[in-house]
Parts: sequence; structure tokens; C-alpha cells
Amino acid sequence: MSAIEILGLEKTYLVGFWRKRPKRALLPLHLQVEEGEIFGFLGPNGAGKTTTLKLLMGLVFPTAGTARILGRSWTDPEVKAQIGFLPEQPYFYDYLTAHELLDYYGQLSGVPGQDRKRRIEAVLARVGLTDIKGLHLRKFSKGMLQRVGIAQAILHDPKLVFLDEPMSGLDPLGRREVRNLIEQLKQEGKTVFFSTHILSDAEALCDRVAIIDHGELRSVGAVEDLIASVQGKVEMMWQGTQVPASLKALGAECHVTGDAVRAILAENQQDAAIDALRRERIRLIAITPLRTSLEAYFVEKLQSSPAAENTLGTAVGTKA
Amino acid sequence: MTARIIHIARNTFREAVRDRVLYNLIAFALLLSAAAILVGQISIGIERLVVINLGLTAVSLFGVVIAIFIGIGLVSKEIEKRTLYTVLSRPVRRWEFIIGKFFGLAGTLAVNTFFMAIGVFGALLYVVHKFSAPDALILVALYFIILEFFIICSLALLFSSFSSPLLSAVFAFSLFVIGSFADDLRGFAGMAHGLTRWVVTGVAYLVPNFSTLNVVNAIAHQQPLSAQLILQNTFYALFYTAMALSGAVLVFERRNLK
Repeated sequence: MSAIEILGLEKTYLVGFWRKRPKRALLPLHLQVEEGEIFGFLGPNGAGKTTTLKLLMGLVFPTAGTARILGRSWTDPEVKAQIGFLPEQPYFYDYLTAHELLDYYGQLSGVPGQDRKRRIEAVLARVGLTDIKGLHLRKFSKGMLQRVGIAQAILHDPKLVFLDEPMSGLDPLGRREVRNLIEQLKQEGKTVFFSTHILSDAEALCDRVAIIDHGELRSVGAVEDLIASVQGKVEMMWQGTQVPASLKALGAECHVTGDAVRAILAENQQDAAIDALRRERIRLIAITPLRTSLEAYFVEKLQSSPAAENTLGTAVGTKA
Repeated sequence: MTARIIHIARNTFREAVRDRVLYNLIAFALLLSAAAILVGQISIGIERLVVINLGLTAVSLFGVVIAIFIGIGLVSKEIEKRTLYTVLSRPVRRWEFIIGKFFGLAGTLAVNTFFMAIGVFGALLYVVHKFSAPDALILVALYFIILEFFIICSLALLFSSFSSPLLSAVFAFSLFVIGSFADDLRGFAGMAHGLTRWVVTGVAYLVPNFSTLNVVNAIAHQQPLSAQLILQNTFYALFYTAMALSGAVLVFERRNLK
């Protein structure tokens, strides 16, 4: 069973005061997230990530489409007992302490009284918030509020956790702790769906990612597969300062440094380049494949023409 | 009533208390103490009338101001600060949220009124030195005032569910003022002709009739109140509140929380 099945959810807002005009925040989205995986939902600001999460949480209503969460309709309130949600830049009732807030949320999620107190202490320790008893949330820093946000999302031991920009407002140490926490959630068998525009986090954590831009799904798949789909490059080094013309013809970028030449060229031109160097009796020192990062893939996806990507995005998205 | 409604109501009450809403009781106590001392010195024979009139009118006005200014922010503030996101992403129905908020505010006002009532009876005892049987009717006036608060809370919630806090305050306060003259409006409708009559009659019956809930003057003058009036006002206020809350729920159920 899939943890999340998004079946053509779309959202169009009417904007303007007098003359309402439609603004498409999300084009029909088809996406599946399997149970137990960490799924990254990537995109630049305003891409439609938060709109998608709000649709799934029932905070906004779709113009069309439907979704299933944990095998049930996403509008079923009982499904919500099984999910946790961290909104982007969370803000909580600042007149409460973290313990009171979590107690309130625990009550709303139906956590029994005797279990609630134990769980509150456990999740606060888990997100690194200790010695905060009696401190009202209005005195919390942004990073501390983010930690409270994560604590409330996992308090009721949900099967599926939605995190909207979970690293936002955290210092490098805090980000590492949250990354570890997300990995622990996966080890506990939970599904984690998180949106981010910090690609290094997604690359380090996610089993699969989806890239969305201007409300449109651009691609989805395992991180390694997506990176591998980008044309790879290799770096070649040889002794001397000679740069054969045949190598330049292959599109190599050559730089002479001291008594060596460094050339970067497409991976599929590697054999031709080696032949060219042999013909010129040049001694090759090293060939190193250049690893493509998710960031490079992401930038390439966003810079490529939307029209050209339409077919690929929809096809891959539906298949996933 | 579901447990979730009780939790939301309790949290709304706690918010009001921690936002120092009940501090108004200090202002009320000061006003009433000053009035009782002043009345004792300048009124002869009408101390009771003045204290009851002033005390109950103050209870009503203080409560109305609290009901409007807290009520208009109950939903809009939660949307604006996005505290609602972490509530509605739990197994909480939107109608439960609205009803919970209503009971939370109504409870706050009931507690507030309870303490104010102690103040009114204290001031009365100070000026007349002993209670008489008709003074028990003050409790009926206080009951009607609480019914008035229910209506205002529900209207403030209704406006808050689709409008900005400022507009909600204007709408709610306007309805309070118009509703306070509902009997006059109905009288005017009776005198009008043609289309005007229909329109004014419609408006007169649509706005909440706060005139019928205001028995302060009658009680101050020790006039009797019929059981029928108590029953009628109870049904009227509860029906009106239920209608306004249903409207709030209907609007809120369809609202996109951008």
C-alpha cells in the first residue's frame, strides 16, 4: 500500500479585488509515495510545495483531483490521527509553555492522558529541548520554535510525517540533528514527506525526490537515478602544455597549469579523447569522473524549457 | 459534545485569561466602588435604583466589549498567525473548532459575569445595607445579559470566519447598537407603508433583538418579570446563537486557509 497517492490534485486561486482572475498554483499532480521511504519534495520558492502540503492537510480545497493517504481518503478526519504535520515557519500559541502546547495537541490527537506526559518528555528530549519547563513560547527563539514544531508533529507517533521546510531557522548543528531525527523516523518504519529547497539535505536523506516548479511536476525518482540521467563529465590530466586540436574539437575545456593540462569533457567523449592523446604520444596522468550533484540536476531541470519537460514530467510522475 | 470541543474551549479560555482579559474586573470593581460611595453620598431614596442600573449596565457593556474584541479575533487571528494549521491537521473537524471557540469565549464571559455579579451585589449591600426579595431578580437580568453575550459571541465568530478583524468589529458593534433598538425598529416598521414596510420589517426581525433581553430598568424599578418572558428570551437567544454559529460553520467549512 502506498503511503500517499496524489491523483490529479490541482489548485487555482482567484486573485484580484474587482476583476478576479485565475492563478494556477498547482497543475494536476500525480504522485505516489511508498510506505517507509523518505520523500523529498523540491522546488524553488513559490513552486507549489506548500500548496500541495496544504491540500493534503485539508487546509485548502482542490479545484480538482483527489488523494489517498494510508489507503483512505485524504479528507477522512481519522486519517489525520495517523499523520504529523510541521508547517513552514511554524507559529504557536505563545501564551503556552512547550509542555502545555504539546499536551493540548496530544489531547486533540487523542493521546490518552497517562501516556501523554511520558510522550511529551520523550519528544522534547528527542528534539533537544530540555530545561524549558515554565518558559512561555513567546520567549523561544526561531530555532527552538522549529524544534517544538517537529516535536508536535511526531508526538502522537504518526505513521506518516509531513515536514514543510524542516531545516528552516536551524543552525548547522540543529540541521544535523533534524537530519538524524528524520533518519531515525525512517528506521522506525515511518514515512517522511518533506519539502525543502536545501538540496544537500534532500540528497543526503531522501530515497526519492520530486521536483516541482511553477506548480508543475518536473521530475520524480530515486536521487541516484535522477543524477545519473544527467550527462556525466570527466576530468582528464596529462603531462606537458600541448593541447591537441582534435581534443578541442571534442568540446573539451582545457586549462594549462604549470607543466600539466586539465581538460573537462563529456563522459561519452572519453574514449575518443584517449585515442587523440595516444596519437599525439601524450602521457595521460589521470581520468576522474565528475560527480553530478542533485543541485546540478535541479538547476538543469529548472532551466530547461517547461514545454519540453511537460511530457517527461507527467510521464515519470504518473509512473512513480 | 466531543472531547475535542472541550479541549479547544478550555484552551480558548486559557488564552483569554493569560491575555489578561479578566483584568477588566479591576476596572469594573473600581468603577462600582466609586459609584457606590458616590451614590451613598448624593442620592436619597434612589440608591438601589442607581446601583442596579449602573452595575448591570456596566456588566453588559464590559462583556459586550470583551465579546466583540475577542470574538472577532478567534478565527482570523488563528488564520493570520497560522496556529490553525497544526490544529486542523489533527483529527479535528472544522465545526468542532468553531463550536469549541464559541464555548471558550462564552465560558470566559460567564466567569467574568460571575465575578461582576458579586461586585454588583456587594455594591448594593453597601448602599442599602440589606437585600430584599425583588433583588433576586437581578439574577434574571444577569442571565439575560449572558444570553446577550452568547448572541454577540456567535455573531463575532460569524463575521470573523470570513472578514478582517476590523470589519468584523464594525459589523458586530453595529448589530449590537441596532439590536439594542430592535423594538423601536419594529415599531417603525409597523408605521411604514409599501416596500419600506417590508424591508424594515425584514431588517427588524433579522437583527438580534437585544431590547427584549434588557430588563435592567424594569428590575431597578422592582417590576415583576413573567416566566413566559424568561422562557421566550431563552429560546430566542439560543435559536439566534445556533443560527449564527451554523452560518459561521458553513462559511468556515468552505474557507481556504491560504
